Formats: sequence, structure tokens, C-alpha cells
Amino acid sequence: MMISGQIPVDEYNTGNTKHKWDVNKLKRAHHVVASYDYKKGEIKHGFANRTLFINLSTNEIKEKKVTDEMKKLFTGGRGFGLKLLWDSIKPTTRWNSPENELIITTGPLCGTTQYPGSGKSLCLSISPSTDIICDSNVGGFFGPYLKFTGFDAIEIQGKAKHDVVILIDGEKGKVVVETAPLEETNSHLANEQLTYMYAKEDSDKARQLISVVSAGKAAEHSYWGCMNFSFYDIRRKVCRMKQAGRGGLGTILRDKKIKAIVAKVEKFTGVSNNPADPNKIVEIGTKLHREIRDLDRYQCNMRAVGTGHLVEIMDQYDLLPCENYRFGSFPKASKIYSPKFYELFTKIIPDGCWYGCTMACSKTVDGFEVMTGPYKGQKVTVDGPEYETLGCASNMSLWEPKEVLEFNFYCDTYGLDTISAGTAIAYYMEMYEYGILNKKRCDGLELCFGNFDAVMEFLHRISEGDKGEFVIVAAKGIRRVKDWIKKKGWGDPYFIEECGMESKGLEYSEYVTKESLAMQGGYGLTLKGPQHDEAWLIFMDMVNNQIPTFEDKAEALHYFPMWRTWFGLNGLCKLPWNDIEPANNAETNEPAKVPEHVQNYVDYQNAMTGWNVDKQGLILQSERCYNWQRAMNVFMGRGRRKDDWIPYRSMGPVTEVEYMSRKDRYDSQLVEKVGLNKNDVEKKSVSEKIKILYDWKQDQYQKLADAVYYRRGWTPNGVPTLQKMKELGFSDKKMLDMLEKVIDEDAKKGFNHWGGKYGKGEKPPSIDSKYWEKW
Amino acid sequence: MFLLFVGLLCLVYGLCWGHKNLSDTPKTVKILKFHPEKCDGGRGCEKACSQVHFKTDEGGDKSAIHILKDKNSEYKMHVCDQRGLCLDICPVSALTRRKSGVVFLDKNICIGCQACVGFCPVGAMRKSDARIEPFKCISCGACVRACPNGALELVVVNIDDIKQVVYHKQGVD
Repeated sequence: MMISGQIPVDEYNTGNTKHKWDVNKLKRAHHVVASYDYKKGEIKHGFANRTLFINLSTNEIKEKKVTDEMKKLFTGGRGFGLKLLWDSIKPTTRWNSPENELIITTGPLCGTTQYPGSGKSLCLSISPSTDIICDSNVGGFFGPYLKFTGFDAIEIQGKAKHDVVILIDGEKGKVVVETAPLEETNSHLANEQLTYMYAKEDSDKARQLISVVSAGKAAEHSYWGCMNFSFYDIRRKVCRMKQAGRGGLGTILRDKKIKAIVAKVEKFTGVSNNPADPNKIVEIGTKLHREIRDLDRYQCNMRAVGTGHLVEIMDQYDLLPCENYRFGSFPKASKIYSPKFYELFTKIIPDGCWYGCTMACSKTVDGFEVMTGPYKGQKVTVDGPEYETLGCASNMSLWEPKEVLEFNFYCDTYGLDTISAGTAIAYYMEMYEYGILNKKRCDGLELCFGNFDAVMEFLHRISEGDKGEFVIVAAKGIRRVKDWIKKKGWGDPYFIEECGMESKGLEYSEYVTKESLAMQGGYGLTLKGPQHDEAWLIFMDMVNNQIPTFEDKAEALHYFPMWRTWFGLNGLCKLPWNDIEPANNAETNEPAKVPEHVQNYVDYQNAMTGWNVDKQGLILQSERCYNWQRAMNVFMGRGRRKDDWIPYRSMGPVTEVEYMSRKDRYDSQLVEKVGLNKNDVEKKSVSEKIKILYDWKQDQYQKLADAVYYRRGWTPNGVPTLQKMKELGFSDKKMLDMLEKVIDEDAKKGFNHWGGKYGKGEKPPSIDSKYWEKW
Repeated sequence: MFLLFVGLLCLVYGLCWGHKNLSDTPKTVKILKFHPEKCDGGRGCEKACSQVHFKTDEGGDKSAIHILKDKNSEYKMHVCDQRGLCLDICPVSALTRRKSGVVFLDKNICIGCQACVGFCPVGAMRKSDARIEPFKCISCGACVRACPNGALELVVVNIDDIKQVVYHKQGVD
């Protein structure tokens, strides 16, 4: 039958360079290292009720049962990942330790087709960047297919001797680890080869039933390795991909010598999850489809341009990071506004990264002619750019859409996180501008703002495994470069520390937070590091002034991180929660929470699982996992107040040029907020004013941390209290004993006191800093 | 003479080629036309339709055609008009325009996402609780035959006159 709609997509040609692979030859070079037959099972109410364990060092493959207790305490998805990691790692485990695990989880709602945004996988491991758990959320078909092959999660321990492919074959009920010496490593090619190789027959329909996880060459030489999750697009006939970007999980994939993980399903339907009440899910899903149909065009316009619509909004509100977050807007920014990319995007397609997602934010540019590097001259499909990648471009001062696409394409196929790469390169560029770095120190790279050629050259050299001192350290990210520059004695340590946008070792995502204290907390008072997936409070805080007090902000920094964590426990995307809103949302009591959609999720989870929870119950599910992850950070020797440090660039002006660019704003802050006399302000030098503002803003952040720790039930040093953990239902002795010991040690060292300097008329969250003992 | 021969050959070949395309791409489609003055509200059409789709006489939610009474107590027909806005939204291409011109949902390909149900501008893509995959009017004529009063008929229209393509090119401000 003709696969064609109104637009003759059958005739649609991406114009991409075609590859002819001899997949039989590639396949013949495989040699089976380990295999495991399993009984195909039914999914019941969203759960496969077992997880898959593979140890690549010992070639052990086994199933683990998912118990009711595990569901009660950890819900699913990321929660299951935390539980599996907890059972495997030690405080000394680092990213490349053999016992470190790479975990991909699904969640009970993952794989549903009726409710938009239900195809997410949550990936966890000990990150090379932070030495603590990183969780990364990704679309594509792999998560749903993993579940439909029969597993709620896969955990991979150990390291293979040679490059391997792991195949989870839901058709045969077989898990196979086989060597894969000849396949390409770079993802846009590797995914295509493996999809064609493992598809049951040479048809789009068969290729649609395969999903591949891979990471490219650069993931082998950098801490920014991302994992690419494929989804076969039947109209473009391209293996498209989504990225589990944050925290270097692709680096771990390649360190374990995994070339790819392949999931293959026999078939699936709209009720493969076997929900308790499928018609309820249809009801709320259809309602949401209709909202998207009627309102998206007038709200976010995701269906036309994806998340790129944010560029113009951020630029307008002085929040778009430009030249390493020095500025929040830029005269050239309109060159990368969403209409510029709309011209380039292919407009023929449903464009969801999982079936039924009518938000359809995954856009592509097809037939893009690569300008540099090994694929120069070839025509390819570029997935994206999404907002974050565009924010990286403005940070590096790259303003040509073609340059953004090239950066996006190579980051993806090389297996690099665009966010970490872009944020870090922007920092190197600023250091270059101030002469702290230069051409010689950068192995011949002229990394000045806007130098597209140098950016691409840097990425190519990382992928080649270049042995230059700078390339090696720079590919490990900002934290390592800060230490390296300081060790070399090339500049003022204050300046080097405060300009580099990392916290906990992870690079920031792309929002300027200088004027929103709550959002500074949204980046700093986090589990894995500065990623906007825990809270996005800038408009509530800065634009609408809805959370003026520390207590208000702390409440927001309790509720929103818990709420957003919930998506990851279930295998969901956050976008359909508040990037589309019911028409009457503004008239509700709490528009920021989008109450009607929260109720959808209550109904959705109950209809899937047969549970009976209410909206507080959803928050409780998250609170358990959130506290558990923080406690695991404590177990790893982190997770204290010092680890929630953020660079001053995220709070205020580090340099005079930044101060002068927003002089009126900062001068008035000194008067209105700090309480200086206006005449005194005018007499002071810029550097004096920067110092006064610095002290005041740092103290504000500590006071915020006090309020947030208190609200979350943590000690003043940020450690979850025993009382809190018990209240959440945890009785794990190893965990509780560890926390008790740490809290006692902190007390002995004098760390259990509030961090803010409280003056007249101000008071800390509690007079008794051991407030929890009285619970 | 030879040139004329070659020219004729080309013409014949061109016609055949054109004809081949013609047979692949439907030009017309049958759609339902309703004569409210003949309708007595007996809903035989709905029962016949649910027989086609679900092998039951229930009608109602199991019928692709609905007969409604508007506020002036006049009968209205609510059914798919085959304009095909849904075709391009289906993520698995379960919706296609058949050779007959009819927009057809293949339930063996459908993965039940309800995107077509949600996006149909007239609400003519139906969903019954009986199964996850939606269903729709396929202009089979069962309802026409079932109506004792001749209130329904199938009429032929040009697809180019009715087809609509909207959702893929929504534009930017």
C-alpha cells in the first residue's frame, strides 16, 4: 500500500547522501560473547515486573524481579534506577569503575501512545563530570521498546574486552552480547547500519520496530559523551535520534566498550502496556490532543518550530545566554530566532519522538550539506536544533543558522552533549578574550567568540583523540579546565572560578539567572547539577514577582523539583504539562502548576496502574526518590552545602563590562535592595560596586539555601535527616546508619548551622538548627 | 516521417505513463449527502454502520455516522467528509487515501494514539470503548441502503475540491 498522505511523502526525498551497507558482511564479523534466553511475558498495568542485568566483564546475564516494595518506595523509571544503583555502587565508585552501572529505565506510563510525551527513558550512572549520580531524560523508541521486550530497566555493569553490541530481541526472547568490530561508531551511521541489520525484513515497517542506543567517537575522549536514542522515521526514511545528553553517560557507554544497545520488538499496539482502564487514558489523551490542536499555535508553536521558539522570548527578557552568560540579549540574536529555522525545517511529518506525541517538537533539517570534518560535502538529516543548542550558539556568539546546524550535527553524531560542549567552549572563549588562554595554550585553536571554524576544529580533534594538552583537558569540561588554568598560574583564580558556568562539575544549561534568586537555587540546590529540569522559576520570580520571600521561593523549590521529578519516575516528557495550557489556565488558583494537567496525570497514573493516588500522592512518590538520590550523593561524599556552590556569573556581574552593560539595573539594586544611599552609589567605582553587590548576592543565596534545606527536611548542611527518611517510609539500615553518621560528623565539625548572615528583623528558618530532632 | 513516428511513440508512452499515475492517484471520492426532510430519526443508518464496524446493532458510539437533532428540531448528519486532514498526522501511516478516494484507517497498522481523533476538525474520527483503534466512515453505503426513506445518498466529488492540508504548515509569527 502506498504510504502517502495528502502530501505525497512517498515521493519525498530528504536529499541525503545514500549509503549502501553490506550488513551481512558486518554481521558475519560478529561473534557471540554471551546470550540469554528469557520467557516473553505480559506487561501488566504498565510494568514488565522484571529488570535485565548484564555484566560485561563476567558475561553474566540475568533477570531481577521487580517487587511490590520496590514499586511502593521507588515508583518506577528513575526511581528504579536509583534502587539498582544503590545495590551496586560504593562510595569510592567512579564513572570508570567496573562496578559502575549504566542504567536505562522506562516507567509505568512509558510506551503509552494516547497521551502526548509518553516515550521517555531515564538513564542513570555515576557521572565522569560530577562523581555523583547523573540522571538524563531522553526520547526515541528505545524506552518503550525495552519495556515491550519485557523489561522495566536494563542495568549494565563491567566492561567488555572488545567493542560489543547488546541485542535485546523481543521477537525471540533472547538477549545477546556480540562483538561488533566493523560497524561505524558515529551515531548517524551506526544507528542506520544496526537498524538495517536487525530489522526482520527490508521494509520501513520492520525498521520501525528497532531502536538503537549509541554514542560517537568523541564520547571516547570527552566527559561530555551523550547517548543517542534512535527512532526510525517512516516518512523521511531516516534513523533520527534524541539525546540523553547530560552528565557524560555516552562516555560511560564507550568506556564499557558498548558500540550500541539494540531493542527489537515483535509488535506493539495502543494497549501493549495493558492499562487497568484504557478508556480513561483515551479520554484524557484525546482531550490533550484537542488542546494542542487548538492552542499550540497561539502558545508555544511547538508543532511548527519546537523548543526554538524560546530564543526570541529569552532574548526579549534578557535571559538568553550570550558570550558566556555575560549578557542576556544580543543585537544579532534575531538571526537565530525561530522563524529563521522554520524556513529550514521539513514540514511534512508528525514529528513526535514517540508515537502519539502531538506536541511534535522534534524538528529536522533534511539534506543539510556538511561543511567541515569527515563528512564534509555529504548531505544529512540534522535533528534539531532545540532551544538549548541555540542557547549554546548565542553563548559562543555563533549567529548563522548553518553554523548552528553544523555544530548540532557533529555534537550529535560524535556523541557529545551540545549543552556541556557549548557552555564550556563559551567559557574557554571568554578566557581567550582575556588572554588567560591564547592560541599557543589552546593547541593552535583560536577560540575567540564567534570563531566557528575553531569550534568545529576543536570537536573534530576531540573525536580523533587528539593528544594536545588543551584538547585533552578541555574535553573534560569547565571544572577540569579551571583547575588546569589555576595550576598553570595563568590568571586570577577568582575570575577563573566565577566566570566558568559549572556547578558540581556539570556545565550549566542555557538560561541567564542573574536576576532570579529562585532560579539560582533551581540550578544550584539540585541533585545532579545545573540543569533546568528541576525547576524553571524565572518568570514566577523575576517577571511576575509571585514568590517574593525566602519562604515562598523555598516552597517553589520544594514543589517544582518534586513535581518535575515525577515525570522521570513514569517515563514521561515534561513539555505536555506546561508548554501547552488549557485555555482557562490563567483563571485557576495556581496557574504555574497547571492544575487541570496535574489532574490529568493523577488520572493517567491511576488508570494505568490501578492504584488510587491523589495529587499529593504523586508528590510523595517524587519526594521519596528525590531524598534518596540526595542521600546517595551524601553516600558518595558529596551532597552538602559546599557542593551546592554556584559560580557568581550565575548571580551577578563578575566583570566591569557586565556591570556597565546593565549599569542602571545594578545601581538601583544597590539602593533598593542593599540599602545604600543613591549619592554614595554614584561616588563609588565600578569595582567597589561589584564587590558590594557580590557580598549581598552571595548572602542571599545562602539564605535561600537555608530556607530550601529547611523546607525539604534537610540539615543546615543539606543532608536529608533520618526523621525525613523515615517519614517517607525508608527503613534501609545501610542508608539510615550512613546518614546518622554523617550528620553526627557534620555536627562535630560545626557544619550544622545556617549559612546566611541574619541581621536585624531577619531570622533563619528555625532558631534551633537541629530542628528535626523535635519532630 | 521517422520523427513523426518517434513523436507518436512518445505521445503514446506519455499517455500510458500518465494513465498509470491516474490509476494510482484517485481523483474522486464518494461522500455522504443527507436529505434532512426525508429523515424520520429512526437511526437505521447508525445500526447498519455499527454492523459494519463492530458487528452489532447498537449504533451510537459504535457508528461512524451520527444523526443529531439541532436546536430547531431539525435533523443533522455528522460524519467524515473525506477531506483527509488526518492523513498527515498519523505517525505510523495507518491512514491512507485508498484507490476509491476514501480515507481509510487500517486498524492492523494503527497504534491507537488518538491523534487523528483529537485533531479531526469536525470530530468525525470515532472512538468506541470496544477497542483502542478508532474508526471512521468508509463510504461503504450500508447506511444508504438501510435508510427506508432515502434520506442518505452517496455523491461523487472531486478530491481536489475538498482536500485540505493544514497541520503541517502552521507558520510562524
